[in-house]
Amino acid sequence: MTKISFILNGERRSLDVEPYEVLLEVLRDRMGAKSPKCGCDSGDCGACTIHLNGRSVRSCLILAVEANGQEILTLEGISRHGLSPLQKAFHERNVFQCGYCAPGLILSATELINNNPHPNEHEIKEAIAGNLCRCTGYTPVVEAILHTTKKE
Amino acid sequence: MAIPYEFQYFKPGTIAEVVALLATHGSKARVLAGGTDLVNELKMGYRVPDVLIDIKDLEQLSKIEICNGHLVVGALVTFRDLLESKLVKEHAYIVYEAAGLVASNGVRNRATMVGNICSAVACLDSGAPLLVHNAVLKLLSVNGERELPISKWFLDNRKTALAPNEMVTHISIPIPTMKYGSAYQKMMRYSGEDLSQANVGVLMFADGECRVAFGSVGPVPKRSPKIENHLLTQGLTAESINQAKEMIEQVIAPISDQRATKEYRMHMTKVMFERAIAAAAERLKQPRLITKH
Repeated sequence: MTKISFILNGERRSLDVEPYEVLLEVLRDRMGAKSPKCGCDSGDCGACTIHLNGRSVRSCLILAVEANGQEILTLEGISRHGLSPLQKAFHERNVFQCGYCAPGLILSATELINNNPHPNEHEIKEAIAGNLCRCTGYTPVVEAILHTTKKE
Repeated sequence: MAIPYEFQYFKPGTIAEVVALLATHGSKARVLAGGTDLVNELKMGYRVPDVLIDIKDLEQLSKIEICNGHLVVGALVTFRDLLESKLVKEHAYIVYEAAGLVASNGVRNRATMVGNICSAVACLDSGAPLLVHNAVLKLLSVNGERELPISKWFLDNRKTALAPNEMVTHISIPIPTMKYGSAYQKMMRYSGEDLSQANVGVLMFADGECRVAFGSVGPVPKRSPKIENHLLTQGLTAESINQAKEMIEQVIAPISDQRATKEYRMHMTKVMFERAIAAAAERLKQPRLITKH
């Protein structure tokens, strides 16, 4: 057992982990952060996307011990003071159907907007290329992100 | 899925501690950087170590620097870092181009180029770009440092020339001393996918030298001196390129699997070769100044 501590959605959290524990499972089963989902479990689908120190990463490909001393943001953190403008746009446009990919897509799009407040369509598609969705066909997702980020 | 194996985890603060651990545990130890391949392998039970050595505290390995006419990429440099580096874009454009085609943003934020060549899966993206640049790997063990040309690195699918007590600290890419044009072509199922079904890298110089490498169409990525010599002596004409395309059949040995048939890989490698030659030739024509260092 190794004692680790990290910032999760603005709060310092500490726990004991075994080296073989995967961050995704620790977040979901031990930290109560249920938004990252297990899809492919091998880094291809993007359902487990979180932010680690401000960058989107695959939490299924990270060991919990690696998160020691780092800062983690999940969807719970993004919406802790209410829905973000991006989430509102997704909600108003009824973008998702089953919603399994939604947390990952929102985290990937949020990273994009943080670095590039007015992305073009190509940049949006590149940013969410690793987030697979079987319901939407992606078009409403791209449109909602374009709508939220268009210049006034 | 949980990892059904126990192992010890170390995160040393110095490189000396890392190589000391490697000296003690040898093939029972593995070095962890981005982990995007390694954690998958742990889940699958492939090459499960007794000791995992996390090198992410070694900040000196996270730099991209110019040193003695070489672009030096540390073992912690991610594909995202390569994409954001002006030095890479200027001095090794094909590395920049290939980095942008590795998997997805969420993987590129974590995956490293050194990790990519250490995993050495046959479909890797870094092989062809590093081969055409004659990159040199810096390997470290308790016995000291040694350098190995990338041409001697890949031994087989997932097999490299790394000794059990060694780690790769840097990739050193010679900066072209004359004007160059390069291009990377990758065949994949969809944008955001990790695995290339075939890839081609081309690096050509103002004096007519043209280097060509093929990836994902055999157990290891490889150059073709025969095709390179043909292009150098015949020049880049429609005829010489068509002849070179025929020669590709003697160079590569693609297999059929669930991602593509060998016939399709062979056909597309020829198409991508022609596209890469055209793109590199076009870039060679662009007015660009090579910065002296």
